[in-house]
Order: sequence, then C-alpha cells, then structure tokens
Amino acid sequence: MNQLRRAFLKNAGSVGAVAAAIATGLLNPVTVFAAAWNSLAFTTKDLPGALKNAGYDGAAESSDILIKAPDIAENGAVVPVAATSNIPGTTSMAIFIDKNPAPMIADFQFMNGAEPYIATRVKMAKTSLVRVAVKAGGKNYIASREVKVTIGGCGG
Amino acid sequence: MAEAMKMRATMKGDVVDVKVLIQHPMDTGLMKDKKTGKLIPAHFINQVFATLNGKTVIDAQWGVGIAQNPFIGFRIKGGKPGDKVAVHAVDNLGTKFDGEVVVA
Repeated sequence: MNQLRRAFLKNAGSVGAVAAAIATGLLNPVTVFAAAWNSLAFTTKDLPGALKNAGYDGAAESSDILIKAPDIAENGAVVPVAATSNIPGTTSMAIFIDKNPAPMIADFQFMNGAEPYIATRVKMAKTSLVRVAVKAGGKNYIASREVKVTIGGCGG
Repeated sequence: MAEAMKMRATMKGDVVDVKVLIQHPMDTGLMKDKKTGKLIPAHFINQVFATLNGKTVIDAQWGVGIAQNPFIGFRIKGGKPGDKVAVHAVDNLGTKFDGEVVVA
C-alpha cells in the first residue's frame, strides 16, 4: 500500500516535471518518446524469455493473425514481413524470430484509429519460425510461419 | 535529418495507407568490419512513432533485427486527403529522424 502510494507520488512528480519542461520550451513535445526502450526484452537471447520480457507470454495460438512472408528468403538480411490482426480490440503487435541471436524484432502499439496492420523488413540469421504476437482485450495471441533462409543476414 | 526519410501517404478506400523508408545502417553490433576484423558497434533506430494531424497513431520500439534502411507500412482509419502524417524516429546514439507528408 505504502509502496504503491510512493510509486504514484514519484510518477506524479516526474510527469509534472516533464510538463513544466515542455511549458518552458526545454523539450519539444513533438519529439518526446512515450516509453523507455525495453532493452531487457530486446537483448533476451531465448524466445520464451523474450516473449515474457516483452509482455507477450502465455499467448494462445490464433488463426486470426495473418502473416505474409516469403516461404523462401534468398537473402536473410532483408526479409519482407507483413502482419494483420483480425482479433477485435487489438492494441499492439510484436514480431519475434526464434533463431535470431535476439528473437525480439519490434513491438508496435496501435491507437487513435491505426489499423492492426504492420509491414516491414526484418533480418533473419537462418531458417526459422517468424512469430507475430498480439495483445487484444487484455489477452495475448500468437501465430507463426516458417521462412527458409538461404543466406543468413546477421553476419558472424 | 529529414532528408534521410521518405514517406508516402495515400487513401485506400477509407483508410490512409502510409509507407516510410528511412536511411539507416541498422548495425547489430554482431558484425565484424572485414578490413579491421573489429566488431562494428551497434547503431540502430530503436524508437519510432507516427502521428495523424498531431495525434499519435503508432508507437513502436525496434531492435537490431529490423533490416538496413528500414521500411514500415501502416494504415490509419479516419483520415482524409490533406491530413498530415508525421513520423519521428530516434536511434541508440540519439540521432533523430523526422518526416512529414500530406495525405494524397
């Protein structure tokens, strides 16, 4: 209880400080990034750990997440991946690649009318499952698709 | 570094379709320089957000697994021609990348 209150007061203080900084022109509000970078999740080397640290653990397999990616990627340095979630109330989407040195690739949050869709290009070290995890209505969902890689894209 | 970002936003039905290309090496920190044999330090974009008329629509965090010269495509409901879409990114060395485009 006490600790909660303390955390709350601490947060309130820092939010106030940020607001004051914006007001005095110290920070340009356009370029203030919302959350701190999740370095723990992005540097975790195993998939279950990365899912957990990114907040996507305990995800149920879902066929309502559609992953578009090539069956065979000749160049692992640039693999196009697009994903759409048809799960109502999708608020975020993250991409994981099992066999990469760090499986977590990216995490996208959707708000204010953004559709639960992302297209991007990823690096793949070798043939692996590409997983897309989604948060919707307080639950986690996941889907996967295998991409065969002829030449790896993570060096070494 | 506006010149490092290319953007396009077009209407697809009632949805704004946005495509963004950013020039960036996205060095993982795991690759060796072929001449010196030394590791190239990690240098990658790790935070990106997009706005429609100033309101945040996408808020993203990236790791080193996003390919060199990153591409992202996303879609926004409730936009119309003339609206402004902006993208802001920052890399692990603090370099900022900003782009803005009017929906066509």
